[in-house]
Amino acid sequence: MESANELLTIIPLIIIGGAGLLVMMLDAFTENARLSYWTTALLSVAALGASVSALFGSAGTSFYDLITYGGTAAFGSVLVMIGTLFSVILTRDYLEQTGRHIAEVYSMILFAAFGMLLLVQSNNLVTLFLGIETMSISLYVLAGLVKDEKRGTEAALKYFLLGAFSTGFLLYGIALLYGASGSTFLVEIAAVEDKGLIYWAGVALLLVGFFFKISIVPFHMWTPDVYQGAPTTITAFMATASKAAAIVAFILVLSRALPEARAEWSDVIWLFAIFTMVVGNVLALVQDNVKRMLAYSSIAHAGYIMIGLAAGTDAAYSAVLFYLFAYTLMNIGAFGIVAYYEWHKGYDFTEVKNYSGLGFQQPLMGVLMSVFLFSMVGIPPFAGFIGKYRVFAAAVDEGLIGLVIVGVLASAASVYYYLRVLIHLYMKEDITGITLIRPGVVYSAALIILAALTIYFGVNPGTLTDLLGNLKGVSY
Amino acid sequence: MELLLNIVIYLPLFGAFLLLFIRRAEWVKWTSLFITTAAFVLSLPLLLQFDISATGSAQYLTVSEPLLGDWDVKYMMGLDGLSMLLFMLTTFMAPIVVLSAWRSIDKHVAGFYSMLLILQTGSLGVFAALDLFMFYIFFELTQIPMFFLIGIWGGENRIYATVKFFIYTLVGWLLMLVALIYVGFAAGNMVNDGVFTTDWRLLTDPSFQLGLVEQTWLFLAFGFAFCIKVPIFPFHSWLPLAHTEAPTAGSVVLAAIALKMGTYAILRFLIPLFPNAAIAFAPMFAVLGVIGIIYGALVAMVQKDVKKLVAYSSISHLGFVVLGMFAFNTVGAQGAIIQMVNHGLSTGALFIIIGMIYERRHTRMIADFGGIAQKMPVFTVMFMMATLASIGLPGLNGFVGEFLILVGTFNSEVLGSYWYAVIGAVGVILAAGYMLWMFQRVMFGPITHKENNDLQDINAREIAVLLPLMLFIVWIGIRPTDFTKYSEAEVTRMLEDVQLRASVVVDNASGEDLPGWALHLYDVTPQLAANLDNETEEVEE
Repeated sequence: MESANELLTIIPLIIIGGAGLLVMMLDAFTENARLSYWTTALLSVAALGASVSALFGSAGTSFYDLITYGGTAAFGSVLVMIGTLFSVILTRDYLEQTGRHIAEVYSMILFAAFGMLLLVQSNNLVTLFLGIETMSISLYVLAGLVKDEKRGTEAALKYFLLGAFSTGFLLYGIALLYGASGSTFLVEIAAVEDKGLIYWAGVALLLVGFFFKISIVPFHMWTPDVYQGAPTTITAFMATASKAAAIVAFILVLSRALPEARAEWSDVIWLFAIFTMVVGNVLALVQDNVKRMLAYSSIAHAGYIMIGLAAGTDAAYSAVLFYLFAYTLMNIGAFGIVAYYEWHKGYDFTEVKNYSGLGFQQPLMGVLMSVFLFSMVGIPPFAGFIGKYRVFAAAVDEGLIGLVIVGVLASAASVYYYLRVLIHLYMKEDITGITLIRPGVVYSAALIILAALTIYFGVNPGTLTDLLGNLKGVSY
Repeated sequence: MELLLNIVIYLPLFGAFLLLFIRRAEWVKWTSLFITTAAFVLSLPLLLQFDISATGSAQYLTVSEPLLGDWDVKYMMGLDGLSMLLFMLTTFMAPIVVLSAWRSIDKHVAGFYSMLLILQTGSLGVFAALDLFMFYIFFELTQIPMFFLIGIWGGENRIYATVKFFIYTLVGWLLMLVALIYVGFAAGNMVNDGVFTTDWRLLTDPSFQLGLVEQTWLFLAFGFAFCIKVPIFPFHSWLPLAHTEAPTAGSVVLAAIALKMGTYAILRFLIPLFPNAAIAFAPMFAVLGVIGIIYGALVAMVQKDVKKLVAYSSISHLGFVVLGMFAFNTVGAQGAIIQMVNHGLSTGALFIIIGMIYERRHTRMIADFGGIAQKMPVFTVMFMMATLASIGLPGLNGFVGEFLILVGTFNSEVLGSYWYAVIGAVGVILAAGYMLWMFQRVMFGPITHKENNDLQDINAREIAVLLPLMLFIVWIGIRPTDFTKYSEAEVTRMLEDVQLRASVVVDNASGEDLPGWALHLYDVTPQLAANLDNETEEVEE
């Protein structure tokens, strides 16, 4: 290490790592879930602040080039911390209301977040692998957090088995790339001149590993079961923070380690983007369970993001980052509302028909759900529209018009399943006869902030698009 | 005045927000009425100060800095001859719509009125937006409230109707979004130093020339979206359904304002943006327009439900609008614009009237009525006027629009045949047939259902709703120039400009690069291109 200044480049990592250890100790000695919650929430806010300030600082590499900081990596940290912070806030009420306030959840969330932060800051395939594994193992535990739920256990086991399998691919890919280039540093892999079979096999396996993590069809099989089985706010965490982290890392790998092979991987991603959009949307259409529908919808969103990656220009990467930002806001929001409705009847209260007529009972929750869902549809004036628009535009600029047309048709089909939730909330008669509880101030406030940001960046995206347009660190 | 324009646009949105904090249903109604009336009153100076001779640039123009960072997408609002009347129609209809829903909406009142108000802001934005991207955003902003208006407060089959309406429209508009992005980049490369732009002034700049093949595809993508929205036959199937299921106020907004967005967009964007394609496809659109006129009329004739009948008559009327626009002369386009206003007034009035009678009898079937003229004399007069206006009786507004359109079509050089006008005129006769027949069955004859004996005539509120509409129906009929003068200069300039730009593109086009169908479609002479090639070859030798 050259100087202690290098520590300044990983402040969010230090905060979150420290917080994870601290909360684990608190659990062991106090068994006070509330204390764990407050520690986690406050330190997450601190880490979020540190990530935001890093966004405006310098960019570069540190720790013998193992870590990249500033620029894209910093924005990745911001996404991860937004996901973490809001999931933590929503998790407390959710677990308390469903009577399962398990203190360990916070330390596991923090360890997962630590892995994600490492992932978005990695400049070396080994660091990247460490990040992915730290994240994944914590998520396996989180998925099965509620031990007496059959679905939760099933989700955890399924996630673990398939996750371990995909990690094998990723690791093998890394090994082969090391064989081809003699290095695990991203920039040095880019310098490989002799691109033989080993190199291409390595690239292919690496792509498969990433496709699994961001649930690209046909590597998406685990997603619906895990998203449905895990506690809802944990699903929100997995769907947003972990996905955002994996995609940011994917961007780093594509732009730094494989820029020379862009023509090849662009075609591959083009193909998988079409699979993902079509399959994700079509399967989402037939889901009766809202969590499962949102799982398929998150697959479809990954498909739209792949359009941007297929374009592979700086403008496209910055569009994808904007998309991820919008995606994170609206997905946590939507899962937050789903979790809120679950308070009343517990785990299985996620069938869309359960929502019949509930929209007018707590008008605030209904309106917020409308905002999140319309944003997912990609309708202005919400941030989801701007994200989609920028991704599509970047791809049109690269001449990928056919791909974009598939994208818009797929998102036209997606309208139906998002609207279906609203139709049940507002246009059907109440059949369950339940009386909704008024959500707590913090819970409502968190959701209102998410909705407000969704609207704000839909109406006035300029500040963020400027920032992302000038972001350092995607391409050197 | 720029500020005033923006106040008029956003006042309803502010009102919608205000309604969230009002508990009592009565207060919600009065607040909405106040807000919409205020917006109308505030919009009057815009009309009075409007300089009718100025052309080529919008008035009361607000232009912001680029909103999307590195892209030249601006908040750009203003009014010109094409949009002025429709803007005023929107502000004028809003209080009427609010009043028409006064008694019929009893559940979730605040939600209903806030949706109406958001819809108004969206509609005003659509008519005032001069940046293609802004136009798109405001358009989508009108879709969300419409979805809820039909879906929550609609009739029996409302969910199917609203989903069909929403998805159908969205499919077209998403495809248009792709074309829009393409246009933005193309315009950026040609006239804006490589920066993506959707600025209206740059898109109609003479040096922004899209190639003929590009124009064809883009025209079709935009045209598809607008055809669905208008709707033009054969993309109309959502309309009767949405109209029948929507609550009265929703139907009125849909007929008077929302349907105008499609036709307005054709005039504002489709024709000026792709001049060659627009001229080349004019006969096709004219044919679709004529089919719409006849088809709408024939289907209207066999309807048993009055509301459905009026919905199909809308398709017929909008066929006229499309026909007039693609005549490519001032008379036709003027007729199209005034016909849009007329259709808003007379069909709006008809839907309100149907709503009134539905509130009393909870049925809209023609067979359930008969002879009610005796019981409701004032109502009969109003209904009669709206019916005659819809038919196009001389002296009322409908005549002016249809007459101008038919004259324009008859003399159209672009269409080149008088048959469009002749067949279109048959539609007027058919309209007289189905409307008068319906009127006779509903209003005259003996009372066959004893429920109709107790019908009450319309009250003061209902008269207040209908009177302003009747006033304008007569005013436009007697002195059309008071209204057509607003659009005349701008329409003339726009059409000349379109034809000029089209001829420049054709002159510059080289036959060599074009596929055979494009040569045929755009009448590019291959000889010219061949000559040029020979010359270059000689030079090389």
